[in-house]
Amino acid sequence: MTAEIPIVIPARSRSARMENWGRAFYRFRQSWLSVIGLTIVVALVLIAIFAPYIVPFPEHVVGGTNTASRFQPPSSSAWFGTNELGQDVFSLVLVGSRISLFSGLAVVVIAVVFGTAVGAIAGYFGGWTDEVLMRITDLLLTIPSLILAMAVAAALGSGVFNMIVAISITWWPAYARLVRGEVIGKKEEQFVVAAHALGAGWARILGRHILPNIVSPIVVKASLDMGFAILTVASLGFVGIGVKPPTPEWGTLLSGARSYLPDYWWTAVAPGMAIFLAVLAFNLLGDGLRDVLDPKARR
Amino acid sequence: MFLFILRRLIFLIPILIGLTLLLFVVARLLPGDPVGLAAGPNASAAMIAQLRQQFGLDQPLPVQYWTYLTGLVQGDWGTSVFTRRPVFQDILEYLPATLELVFAALFIAVVLGIPLGLLTAVHRNGVLDYVTRTLALGGIAMPRFFLGLMLQLFFAAWLGWLPLAGRYPFIESPPETVTGFYTIDALIAGDLYAFQIAAAHLALPAIAMALSPLATIMRMMRASTIEVLQQDYVMTERALGLSNRLILFKYVLKNAMSSTLTVIGLYVSWLLGGTVLVETVFDWPGLGLYATQAILTQDFMPVIGVTLVIAIIYLLTMLVVDVLYGVFNPKVRYA
Repeated sequence: MTAEIPIVIPARSRSARMENWGRAFYRFRQSWLSVIGLTIVVALVLIAIFAPYIVPFPEHVVGGTNTASRFQPPSSSAWFGTNELGQDVFSLVLVGSRISLFSGLAVVVIAVVFGTAVGAIAGYFGGWTDEVLMRITDLLLTIPSLILAMAVAAALGSGVFNMIVAISITWWPAYARLVRGEVIGKKEEQFVVAAHALGAGWARILGRHILPNIVSPIVVKASLDMGFAILTVASLGFVGIGVKPPTPEWGTLLSGARSYLPDYWWTAVAPGMAIFLAVLAFNLLGDGLRDVLDPKARR
Repeated sequence: MFLFILRRLIFLIPILIGLTLLLFVVARLLPGDPVGLAAGPNASAAMIAQLRQQFGLDQPLPVQYWTYLTGLVQGDWGTSVFTRRPVFQDILEYLPATLELVFAALFIAVVLGIPLGLLTAVHRNGVLDYVTRTLALGGIAMPRFFLGLMLQLFFAAWLGWLPLAGRYPFIESPPETVTGFYTIDALIAGDLYAFQIAAAHLALPAIAMALSPLATIMRMMRASTIEVLQQDYVMTERALGLSNRLILFKYVLKNAMSSTLTVIGLYVSWLLGGTVLVETVFDWPGLGLYATQAILTQDFMPVIGVTLVIAIIYLLTMLVVDVLYGVFNPKVRYA
């Protein structure tokens, strides 16, 4: 006698997905450096959002001056001292986080969107489309990106938007290369062939079947790039291209402080450390995300 | 090998033509009027028109490009609207200073980074490993210009050990030009005093540029050494009783080098582009400072020229890297 054994197919429940996320977060937590990175990034984002409400001297941020108390060293009233116009450096650095984080994010988003589009089309269609798109990409990759970004930003004129556009122009090729390689790898997989057999168009195959499967490496690269985008924004500010005073931006603040070194060193240390901290935090976060999302690249 | 190099050099030609076209189109598409800026606010319309004609800016774009391209080959890289000097001459003057800086930085990074990477890979999770890894994390995130300012603050302004900025004091005459590298020229002339001055000026900017490549090279070297150390053949060599030193320097080092080599090659371009920032901080009279000046005055020709030079150096470096692969790994010898 054979007993009836009921066949139970485990439902792919929501809790299974939650478990996946839980496991990923667990792995992320394993490295305390990633947790530090995440903590600083969250803190920076909160500061950037609430900066206008928490700065001690809101009038200094919009260009107000107080020449009576120029170059005050750091004290309890002005934590990072005051600059050549008597403005509170702490307030300027706090509000400066808005421009830096926003421009960094905008650069990465534009580069990801444009680069992914170019790379996906080149990888999916191959042939001449691929040749032409990739040759242009390769050419752009040989040009020193900082100089190109500076030249474009200078020609477009000052302003946050122009600076973002200029940097994005030099950033998308790296994503195009990455995505192209991934798309070529996924193109021959069974599920893509199946989708094709069912009559799906190229846009649907790319958008619904291939791209969702290659999100991980893009996210990892984007998170690692955030730090360097912030650094590039600050670099442009430092050489005097990009955001113009009185809008507080870390690189511009640092470049202004240069003329007052070594006597009034605090005017330079605060914005410089802010840049360093932001870049470091995003690098740590990116490293952590890479360990979780892209275990093959683990070292 | 010779044929391989020759073939790669020939492949460079279409890349360079494409590059000049791309740069030319980008430069011309951008808004901005260098002639208007150079002529000054009081220039009359007739004067500006005359200047435009003098620089050939009134011709149609394809004609301008053709003139530029044929000029390039003949060593005529256009004229800077701002300095009113031939771009090629300017570049020849500023290039050695930049190359000296870049090579000095690369030298520091390689000479410190590779041994440190090896050492920390062998003594994994030791004290040195933790210290250098923490420093490396910071080193990558540190903005070069901020590091440069801090170095100036500590070593020049407060301690007074090294000069604040510049490449050579105005009152002294630099050593006779042979290579254009002041440090090497001084050594060739046998002038130790001049070498000291040149090296002292070079130290801070070179360190400011070296930190990030140093950190990356070290991390890369550490990772690839660890990978190689786990290979079976290393275990075989151990079983054969070869000394640790022999295994490490004869068998592991070569195999761990190839991925590090790629990083070093990529950093040449990064360093050349980055001189823009460090040269601004240290008033180093090189291509970076020249390019910054040109960019701020929207002077196209020098910008295209500098970009082209950096791209050529980058492409040549990549060629050298590819040749070196073969030196370190006989499997990659070329037909």
